[in-house]
Amino acid sequence: MAEAQSTTRKLPYVAAITDGVRAVLKEFDNAFVIGEDVAGAGSVYGYYNGLLAEFGPERIYDSPISEEAIVGVGVGAAATGCRPIVDLMFMDFMGECMDEIANQLAKMRYMFGGSAKLPVTMLTMAGAGASLAAQHSQSLEAWVCHVPGLKVVMPTTPYDAKGLIIAAARDDNPVIVILNKMSLAMTGEVPVEPYSIPLGKANIVRPGTNYTIVALGRMLHEALKAAEQLKEFGIDAEVIDPRTLQPFDTTTVVESVKKTHRALIVHEAVRFGGFGGEIAAQIQEEAFDYLDAPVVRVGAPFSPVPFSPALEAHYVPNAARIVAAAKQQLGL
Amino acid sequence: MTIQISDATLLDLHRRMVRIRIFEEAAGKLMEDGKIPGALHLYVGQEAVAAGVMVHLDNADWITSTHRGHGHLIAKGGAFDRMFAELFGRATGYCKGKGGSMHISNMELGMLGANGIVGGGPPIAVGAAFSNKFRKTRNVACTFFGDGASNEGAFHEAANMAGLYRLPIVFVCENNGYGEYTAQANHQAIVDIADRAAGYGMPGVIVDGMDAIAVYEAAGAAIERARRGEGPTLLECKTYRYYDHVGVRGMGLKYRTDEEVAYWRGRDPIRLLESRLAEQGILSAEAAAAVHAEVTYDVQAGIAFAESSPSPDPSALLEDVYA
Repeated sequence: MAEAQSTTRKLPYVAAITDGVRAVLKEFDNAFVIGEDVAGAGSVYGYYNGLLAEFGPERIYDSPISEEAIVGVGVGAAATGCRPIVDLMFMDFMGECMDEIANQLAKMRYMFGGSAKLPVTMLTMAGAGASLAAQHSQSLEAWVCHVPGLKVVMPTTPYDAKGLIIAAARDDNPVIVILNKMSLAMTGEVPVEPYSIPLGKANIVRPGTNYTIVALGRMLHEALKAAEQLKEFGIDAEVIDPRTLQPFDTTTVVESVKKTHRALIVHEAVRFGGFGGEIAAQIQEEAFDYLDAPVVRVGAPFSPVPFSPALEAHYVPNAARIVAAAKQQLGL
Repeated sequence: MTIQISDATLLDLHRRMVRIRIFEEAAGKLMEDGKIPGALHLYVGQEAVAAGVMVHLDNADWITSTHRGHGHLIAKGGAFDRMFAELFGRATGYCKGKGGSMHISNMELGMLGANGIVGGGPPIAVGAAFSNKFRKTRNVACTFFGDGASNEGAFHEAANMAGLYRLPIVFVCENNGYGEYTAQANHQAIVDIADRAAGYGMPGVIVDGMDAIAVYEAAGAAIERARRGEGPTLLECKTYRYYDHVGVRGMGLKYRTDEEVAYWRGRDPIRLLESRLAEQGILSAEAAAAVHAEVTYDVQAGIAFAESSPSPDPSALLEDVYA
């Protein structure tokens, strides 16, 4: 639960990540960070900058480029009494360690009949928009949301980055924190003191009356722009950031749709088989009789993320595509 | 060479091996009779390895096991009743019936699970060893894996990291000559897996895995080295599984000869130890038979416990997914 948040200051998303990790290392003596380039270099995106100097080499470990062993350290150390933060530099590298994530980390507690606790926080970087091409740009949240035993959060603001990292570390389950590389420079007010954002609770970022947009990750900001543009068509959109994808806050989304009767879901991930399909299914299961139009999904086309900026600009969803999809849905 | 090993330890080794053998023979029969669901991977033939390593460990030392994991848990102190209950899928099993043979585990005994994934254990054991060092304990981790798993990337990543951080861990390779149904010569270009240790800055040691005393000595040296903070060891135990990859008769595949099986059975680790103990006047044939009878009784009691235990209530299905 959120603690007293008297003092705040403006921080970029990248520094809010640092602030969250710092708070975790201070709060838990048994917490440490392990990953590629996290100590000496402070990570390729700099979000561990200064932590080696502040906490020393017994808390921050540069690892070999061995994603499976990195996650394995998280599993084994968590099961035996530590509270590790494991860093997976790019989410695309999950392919290198999916066994540790999906078969070991996620399932150990269940397979052991509840006798093991796996308080692992995994920080990883997702998202397109930086011309990093097909293997450094993906949004693969659907992969991990499909695996029972994992929790998954996607911080969209500096405030959420710090609060969700602390919440993830305080949770006794494995939590994957999906960061977004195109959000690193965005600034926002961040409390100085530690605070946590409840897992499994969506955030109604923009209240509205007659349209619901559920936006994942960085698409939140595109959805907010789209909501402004939709006003001229008489649409007063409610924009919901789920914050946590697993466990998903179905209630908040369904209550919104019961009020607005129309819904659009947007994510950066490939639309086909994406997490938006799950949200759409839940809406029709829980609120079918309230719907005045089919639920619409906006996502990336069914192709790898392209390299060329000219192609990538057409790949990543944006406010214009959200508006276009909404207008088509509503026959405007 | 004179063996510096107490009579009590020798008898302990022997009993652990007999416990594994009789448990596994009974489990195999129960599987064949259709009483145990799913797949069992029997440890018969490899008993000297589990026993020879585990007599050096206490509950605060962690191990990771393999899909052929019953022997590791028994040697680490696993109780027959709760083990059989788990194999039967009963609520009283070590994992409340949610893991079964391939995931059998017990945190209190320091047993971080059998593993259905070949090579699944070493990265987790490295994490446990990392944790031992991080928490400044003198405890070690031992990770058991086979010749097949030594070809998995997981093993190589784990070994490299253990060497890099000088972690208190012993990589115990049970080279039984087969990765599932494929002979070692058909799955790797080397004969001695211990050679791979050189790539990770750790000593590689080869030992006769049918000789419990040899395993005991080599494992003891490696574990003491780890406890002293001098880093990991790769200990390769040359051993053999009497039964097929799965079950007793398996799928009737012609992947090895009867002559080969007979050769290894001729080097049976329990008979080998018993004849030595008899020669040295430590354990008579009658006393050895008494151990077998006692363990057989315990196995039957464990089976009876399992058979009379309740199945998990359907309401337990969704418990333990999350803490």
